Amino acid sequence: MGFLNSYIYYIGAFGLILIGLYIILVKRNLIKVIVGLGILDTGVNLFLISVGYITKGTAPIFSRTGIDSEDMVDPVPQALVLTAIVIGVAVLALALSLAIRLYQHYGTLNLRKIREQKW
Amino acid sequence: MILVVSFLVFLMLVGAVAASIFRDLISAVIAAALVSLIASILFYFLQAPDVAMAEASIGAALTAAIFIIAIRRTKRYEE
Amino acid sequence: MRRIVSILLLIIVAVGISLSLAKIPFGTPKTKVGRHYIDEGVKETGSANIVTSVVVSYRGFDTLGEVTVLFIAAIGLGAVLTANGREKMRKTEPASLVLYTGCRLLFPLILIFGTYIFIHGHLTPGGGFQGGAIIASGFLLIYLGCRERRISRIASNLAESLGGLLFVVIGLLGLAFGSYFLSNFLPKGTANTLFSAGIIPIIYIAIGFKVGSELAGIIDNLIEES
Repeated sequence: MGFLNSYIYYIGAFGLILIGLYIILVKRNLIKVIVGLGILDTGVNLFLISVGYITKGTAPIFSRTGIDSEDMVDPVPQALVLTAIVIGVAVLALALSLAIRLYQHYGTLNLRKIREQKW
Repeated sequence: MILVVSFLVFLMLVGAVAASIFRDLISAVIAAALVSLIASILFYFLQAPDVAMAEASIGAALTAAIFIIAIRRTKRYEE
Repeated sequence: MRRIVSILLLIIVAVGISLSLAKIPFGTPKTKVGRHYIDEGVKETGSANIVTSVVVSYRGFDTLGEVTVLFIAAIGLGAVLTANGREKMRKTEPASLVLYTGCRLLFPLILIFGTYIFIHGHLTPGGGFQGGAIIASGFLLIYLGCRERRISRIASNLAESLGGLLFVVIGLLGLAFGSYFLSNFLPKGTANTLFSAGIIPIIYIAIGFKVGSELAGIIDNLIEES
């Protein structure tokens, strides 16, 4: 239980990264690969936030005057992950637009069949 | 407390495995949105309310909507 | 053959990541710059939300880069999808009266909620990106519920461009009045009030408009044919 208590968030993020990589490497449908890219992105963001956590800390906001600032969690990884989430959705939207154009041109979204076709 | 977090992490991993197994692409997208929603709850437990709000609104809602609109313009079932 | 190589690669990556994760202790403070931002943040920037002051004031240049990446992605999506000219829209069946009226009633409330979140970005959890995403969800509701309405393209382009331009102009004004790009040249006020923290609310309002209209434009480009 001690091991689980201290590493449960790392196990969750690590599992998501592995499952996302498996989907990208093995699956054949292009939209399934893009779903795997999204899951990989979520796993990495979860890992970044769980590195910045301090035990028995609190959120870094001074909502009332006189809050003790001794035990606040690290604010820098939260700022980085905020940027990373928005960039993740931008990459997903552009990838989906390319998938739609590929479907209009080739008629299929199976990556093996697209690779075998000539122009 | 640790039991609640363990249960949520287990549910998140089950959702991710389900997103890789389903052949109906819309079901896979909804499983990925479930992963994003549980990640948003875990962000709240890690004392990061800004990131939880961003992940819930952008990751769970808008990503699923963009995926479903794109699937409507292409095929629905994986071959 | 391909599956065997993929599984082997995954095993190597898994062993590598787990060996390095075992060396990172969970829950101990790891950097010193975070302590500096927490201790001096309210005095130096005037905003009560430390994550907001890091995103806009201390690391404001990274936020400018992120806004640029979102802009390029939206332009790229529009250019790829309309390369053959716009297709004719199919006739869709009109929505029922209950759905239509409900969506029309909900839409202003969602817009007010999103605007509240990005105006109070320096006091409560929130900010430009979260508020912009909520505004885009409001527009998505209009596309799904009342199906013949479209957002006017001119207003959306205008909001997006003016938001980006305001961000860069404020940075250049900071260069002119202070000594570096994006310096905080307006008075800081007292913390925890609405008109405080210098340029931070103005930048977040610009980002909120820009991100909201950009995500709504992405959905408009994707939904165009169906």
